[in-house]
Amino acid sequence: MGLIRRPAAAISILWIGLVTLAAIWPSLLTNADPNNQDLANILQGPSWSHVLGTTTLGEDVYARIVYGARPMAVAIVFALSIALVLGTIGGVVAGYLGGAVDGFLIRAADVLFAIPGLLILLVVYSVFPYNISAGMATFGVILSAGLLRIVRSVTLGVREEPYVDAAVVSGLSRSQIMTRHVFPRIRPVLFVQAALIAAIVIVVDSGLAFLGFGPRPPQPSWGGLVAEARGAIFRQSWLLIPSGAAIALTVLALSLIGDALRDQNTAAWAPSKLTRQRQKPTTHVPALRPEAIDAVLDDDASALLSVTNLAIAFGDAADQLEVVSDVTFSVRPGEVVGLVGESGCGKSVTAASVLGMTPGTGRVVRGSCVFEGREMLTATAGDWAAIRGRRIGFVSQEPMVSLDPTYRVGHQLREAVRRHQKCSRRAASDRVIELLESVQLPDPVAVAKRYPHQLSGGMAQRVAIALALAGDPILLIADEPTTALDVTVQAEILDLLRRLRAERQMAVLIITHDWGVAADLCDRVVVMYAGEVVEAADIHALIAQPLHPYSVGLLDSHPERSPADERLVAIPGNVPHPAHWPTGCRFEPRCPRSIERCSLNPVAEVHIGPDRRVRCIRACDGGAPR
Amino acid sequence: MNALLSIHNLRVHFGKGDRVVRAVDDVSLEVGDGETVGVVGESGSGKSTLGRSIVGLVPVTSGTIKFRGADITTLSARHRRPLTADIQMVFQDPFSSLNPSRTIAQTLAEPFLAHGRSDRTHRREMAVDMLNRVELTADALDKYPAQFSGGQRQRIAIARALMLSPRLVICDEPVSALDLSIQAQILNLFADLRDDLGIAYLFIAHDLAVVRHLAQRTVVMYRGQIMESGPAADVNDSPRHPYTQSLHAAAPVPDPIMQRTRREARIGSASTTVDLTSPSVGCPFASRCPSAFDRCRLERPPTVQIAPRHHAACFLVQPAAPGATDDNNTDLPTIQHAQPRRSP
Amino acid sequence: MLRLIGRRLTFAIPMLFIVSFLSFFLVSLSPTDPARVILGPYASQEAVEAKQLELHLDDSIFGQYWRWLQGALHGDLGRSIVGGGDVTTQLNARLGATLSLVLVSLGVVAVLGVGLGIVSAVRGGVIGRTADAISVAGFALPAFWIALLLTSFFSVRLGWFPVAGYSTIDQGVRDWGRSLALPAFAASLAGVAVVSKQTRASMLEALSRDYVRVMEANGFSRRSIVYRHALRNATIPVVTVMGVFTVSLLGSAVVIENLFAYPGIGSLAASAAAQHDLPLIQGAVIYFTLIVIFVGLLLDISYSLIDPRVRVH
Repeated sequence: MGLIRRPAAAISILWIGLVTLAAIWPSLLTNADPNNQDLANILQGPSWSHVLGTTTLGEDVYARIVYGARPMAVAIVFALSIALVLGTIGGVVAGYLGGAVDGFLIRAADVLFAIPGLLILLVVYSVFPYNISAGMATFGVILSAGLLRIVRSVTLGVREEPYVDAAVVSGLSRSQIMTRHVFPRIRPVLFVQAALIAAIVIVVDSGLAFLGFGPRPPQPSWGGLVAEARGAIFRQSWLLIPSGAAIALTVLALSLIGDALRDQNTAAWAPSKLTRQRQKPTTHVPALRPEAIDAVLDDDASALLSVTNLAIAFGDAADQLEVVSDVTFSVRPGEVVGLVGESGCGKSVTAASVLGMTPGTGRVVRGSCVFEGREMLTATAGDWAAIRGRRIGFVSQEPMVSLDPTYRVGHQLREAVRRHQKCSRRAASDRVIELLESVQLPDPVAVAKRYPHQLSGGMAQRVAIALALAGDPILLIADEPTTALDVTVQAEILDLLRRLRAERQMAVLIITHDWGVAADLCDRVVVMYAGEVVEAADIHALIAQPLHPYSVGLLDSHPERSPADERLVAIPGNVPHPAHWPTGCRFEPRCPRSIERCSLNPVAEVHIGPDRRVRCIRACDGGAPR
Repeated sequence: MNALLSIHNLRVHFGKGDRVVRAVDDVSLEVGDGETVGVVGESGSGKSTLGRSIVGLVPVTSGTIKFRGADITTLSARHRRPLTADIQMVFQDPFSSLNPSRTIAQTLAEPFLAHGRSDRTHRREMAVDMLNRVELTADALDKYPAQFSGGQRQRIAIARALMLSPRLVICDEPVSALDLSIQAQILNLFADLRDDLGIAYLFIAHDLAVVRHLAQRTVVMYRGQIMESGPAADVNDSPRHPYTQSLHAAAPVPDPIMQRTRREARIGSASTTVDLTSPSVGCPFASRCPSAFDRCRLERPPTVQIAPRHHAACFLVQPAAPGATDDNNTDLPTIQHAQPRRSP
Repeated sequence: MLRLIGRRLTFAIPMLFIVSFLSFFLVSLSPTDPARVILGPYASQEAVEAKQLELHLDDSIFGQYWRWLQGALHGDLGRSIVGGGDVTTQLNARLGATLSLVLVSLGVVAVLGVGLGIVSAVRGGVIGRTADAISVAGFALPAFWIALLLTSFFSVRLGWFPVAGYSTIDQGVRDWGRSLALPAFAASLAGVAVVSKQTRASMLEALSRDYVRVMEANGFSRRSIVYRHALRNATIPVVTVMGVFTVSLLGSAVVIENLFAYPGIGSLAASAAAQHDLPLIQGAVIYFTLIVIFVGLLLDISYSLIDPRVRVH
C-alpha cells in the first residue's frame, strides 16, 4: 500500500488504528472506569488526573471517549457489511445483466437513495428503542443504494470495454469475465467507498446519539457526550471540544484515507499520457542562442511564418525530455504547407507551439518562430491576443468536441466575431450567417440555431472552420482536420479548404499523417520523423522522387502503390520513443540504406536544391532506390 | 462448395417503432474456406454490427447465419462456446482491446480458460509460439500492454485470436487506428498468417484500397445494405454502383496529379450536407446520389448481377446479357460520372 | 421541460407510496399497543378493545395501510397520539420553517460551494490550497458540533444571533435572516465541502477539453472561456451532487432544528420519535419526502437550463 507515503494518509491510518484499538481493547488505553462518577468534581477542565476534564456527573471524559468507541465501531461494522454486500452484488448484477433486472434494481436504488437515512432511523428507534442492530441493519440497506449505483456504473464501464468483448468472443463464461475483468476494477472502488460510508455512519450515528437515540445510558457515546456539553453550555464551554473533536477527527481521518485511495486508483488506471495541466497563457522567455540561427533557413524573407531550429521539451529542468529537437520550415503567404508524419513525430506539438500553446509542461527550449516579422517565442499575452483568431486561426481534429456542447452554434460564432471586431449584435449575427455560407452549409440560419450534438461530423467541422475564420486570419493551422471524418466527407472538407484558401489568399499549415490528403491540398510538404524534419520539398517533387529513405518507405507502403497480389512494402520496426532516440541518424535502425557512418553522429539538414532539403547522408549517393 | 460462413437476409435492428435503427438491413454474403472477404463502408454502414452479430456480441433480429452448415444465429452463450474455437475476432482499438492491468501472458491464456484445454506449461509454450508468429519475442509475456506501441498491441491481439486455431477471423477495422507504416506491416502479417494457416477472414474496413490488398472479394455497404459486391480488384478499379464510385473518387491517393483528376471527376458527385436520415423505402443512397431518379426513392433496388460474381443494387446497372462469361465485359455500359441532377 | 417535470413526477409518486408503506410497515412492527398508549395504563380491558376496534387495529397491515392512504390523499394524516392534535395541521404549521432552512442552506451551498470550487480550480498557490482545506474540513466536521461551537461563540458570548427560535418572514426579514443564519450555515457546511470539491474537479476536467484549446487558439478571452464556457459545462455534475446532498441535508436538519429549538418538521420528528408518537413521525416522513421531491424538481429544472442535450434531443 503506497498509501503510507502520503503524510496525511499515514497519520489518518494511525488515528483509525487508535480508535479501533479503543473499540477492541479499551482498557489498554485507559485505566479509568468510564462510569465512575465523582460528583464533587463535575465539569472540570483538563488536569493531571483527568486529561480531558470531567463530565456533568464527574466521569472522566477521556475514559468515556475511549469506551464510547466500541458502540460506534459496532454500528459501523454492522451497517458497512450490509451495505457492502447488498451494494456490490446488486451493482454487479444490475450492471452486467442489464435489461429488466437492471431496470428494477436501479429504480429501487434511486428510491432508497432519496430517503434521508437519519429520518428512517428515527422511525426505527422510535419503534425499537435502543436496538442498535435493527437501526444499523436498516441503515445498511439504505446506504447500499448509493454503493449500488457506483458499482453499477463501474461495471457498465468495464462491460463496454473491447477487452470484455474479446473475452466473450474467446468463450469465457459470465462468471469468468466477472472474476477476471469486473471485480479487479471494483475492488479499489469498494475500499474508497467503505471509508466514506464509515464516515457517514459516524456522523449519523453520533447525531442520533445527540438526540438521545444512542446506547442506553449510562453507556458512553460520542454523540451523547456532545449532548451533555450542550446542556452545560452556559456553565462551561470546554466539554464541547473533546466530545466533538473525537467525532470530527475520526471522520476527517476516514475521508482523507478515502481521498488518498481514490487518487491512487486514478493514477493506476489512467493511461500514461502527458497530462495537460491548467491552461495559462504562456508568457515564455526561451533560452535563445544566437548561434542556433546559423541554421539552414528556407531562403525566403517574405515568409509569413518562419520556424527555425525549434526544439520542444517536456518536464521540469531536472527531468527534461525533448520531443522535438530540430524543426525548420516556413509558410509563405497564400501557400499550403503540410507537416506530415506518423504519431509521435512531434508535428502536433510543433503546431501548438506556433500558437504559443504547448500543452502541459512543454516549452520551447531552442529556436525561433517568426510570424509576420515578429519573434513569437517572446510574445506577451497582449501580443497573442492580437494574433490568435485574428491573424492565425486554428482547426482541430475532432469536430464534435471542438465546440462547446452547451451553447448554440450561432452563439459561439457570434462570440468569436464580436471578439475580433467591434460590432453590434445584429451586425455580428449577419456576419455569422455569412461565415456559415462561406463554409458551404446549406440553410445557415437553421444551422446557427442548432447545438453541436445536433450536427453531423462534416457539418460540425465546417462550423469549426467558420469559427476559425471569424477573425479573418491570414494563416489557418489545421491539426488533422479530416482524420475523424468519413472519406467522402473528408473530400468535401478538403475541397472547402482549397476554395477558402483561394478566395481569401489565406495560407494553410495542415498537420496530417495521410499522404493522400497532402497530395490533394498541399503546395509544399515537410516530413517529420522522431522530432526532426527529415525532408522538405514541393509536393510534386517529393512524390516524384522522394530522397529520404523514410519518405520513400512511407510512400511505398501506401496500399495504392503495390499491386494487389503482392506484399506491401513495409518499413520494419517501430518509431523510437523520445527517451530512446539514437545518437546518430534516428531512422538508421529501420533504414534499408544505412551504413556504419549513419549511426555515428547526428545528421544535419542539407539544401539539395531551391526549396528542397533532406536530412540524410545517403540521399545524394547515386539516387534513392525507386 | 459448402461455404464456411453463409449469411442470408440478415437483419439487425435496434430500438422499435419510429425510432428503429436498421443497422443491418437484409444482408446476404458467403465466405469460403480460406477466403478473404472485405467489407467496406463508412460510419453508419453497419459493417461493424455485421461482424459483431456473427460472433454473438449483438442479437440478430431476423435472418440466418450458418457456419459449416450449422445454424448459429440464435445460439445461447453456453452453446456458442465450442464455436469460439473456430470463429474469432480482432478489434479496432489496440489500446482498449487488451486489459491494461493484466500481463500479456494472462491475456493470451484467456482463450484456453474457456475451453479448459491444456495445462500451464503447454499454454505458455503455445503463447510463445504465437508471439513468434506475430513477430514478437517471448519476453513480452510478462509485460503489460502499456509497454507496447499500438502496432505491437495489435499483434498481440492477433496472437490472442489465433490461439485456438480458428477457421474464421472477423477483423473489425484492425488497421484503422495504426500509422501508415505499421498498417503495412500488419496487413502483411495478416496475409502471411492466412497463407500459413489457411484462415478465412471477414475483413472490415473503411478503405477500399486496404481491402483490395487482402481480399479476394469485396462487399460495399451503405446504411445497412449491400450496394455492390464482387472481386476485389473489379470493385476497386472499376466500380459500378454510384456509391462505390463516390467512395473511390473521394479516397485520396498520394499523387497530386491523380488527385486533380479525381477532384474534377468528383464535381457533381454525392453531396454530404443534405439531410442524412435513413429512409425506410427506396435506395438508402438516393438522397445523395447524383444519378437518382424517382423510382430510386420509392423502391429498393434489386441486386443485379453484372458479371458471374459481381453484383450491384442499383436501378441504373444493367444485368449481364445471358451468355456473358467474362467478368470484364466491356460491351456493357458502365456508369460514368453522370450529369448532376441538382447543383452540389 | 414539461417532459422533465413529468419524468420527475413519475418517479415521485411510486416513491411516496414506497416510503409511506415502508414507514407504515416499520411502525406496525412496534410491540407497543397504540390503544393502550392512548388510553393510559389504567384503562379497562373493554375500553382498550373498543379503542382497538375504533382504530381498526384488527385489520391486516394492508387494510390498515389502505385506510391510512385514503385519509392521506384527503390531507388527513391521522391524529397525534400525544395530545391528540391533527397531524396535518401540526406539520403544516412547521413546514415554512423547515423549507426556509432547506432552501437557504442550498442557496449557501450553491454560492459558496461553486465559488470556492472555481477559486481552487483556477488559482493555485495559497488561495487554492486554502479552498481545498475548507473542502476537506467542511465534510469532516459534524454539522451539529459546528452549530454548537458557533452558538457558544456568536450567540452566548457575542449575542449577535439568537440562541434558539425562528421568526417568520412576515415579522421582518432581518429577524428572519438572523434566526436562520447559524442553523443554515451549520447545515450547509458539509454541502459546501462536497460541492466545492466537485466543482473543482469538474472545472479542471472542463478546462482540459478540446473546445477550450480550440477557443484559446482562436483568440477567445480567458475570462469567457473559464467563466462562460468551462463553468457552464462544469455545473452539470455539480447539480447532481447537490441533489445527493439534499438528502443528507434533511437528515442533519433534524438534529440542527432540535439543537436550535427551531420550530420545524425535523425537531417535531425528533420529539415524536422520543415519545413514540407514531402517526406524527409517519406524517413527518411524508412531508420530508415531499420536500425531497420538490427540491429534486428544482434541480431538474436547473439541469435543463444548463445542458441543452437534456432539453433538446
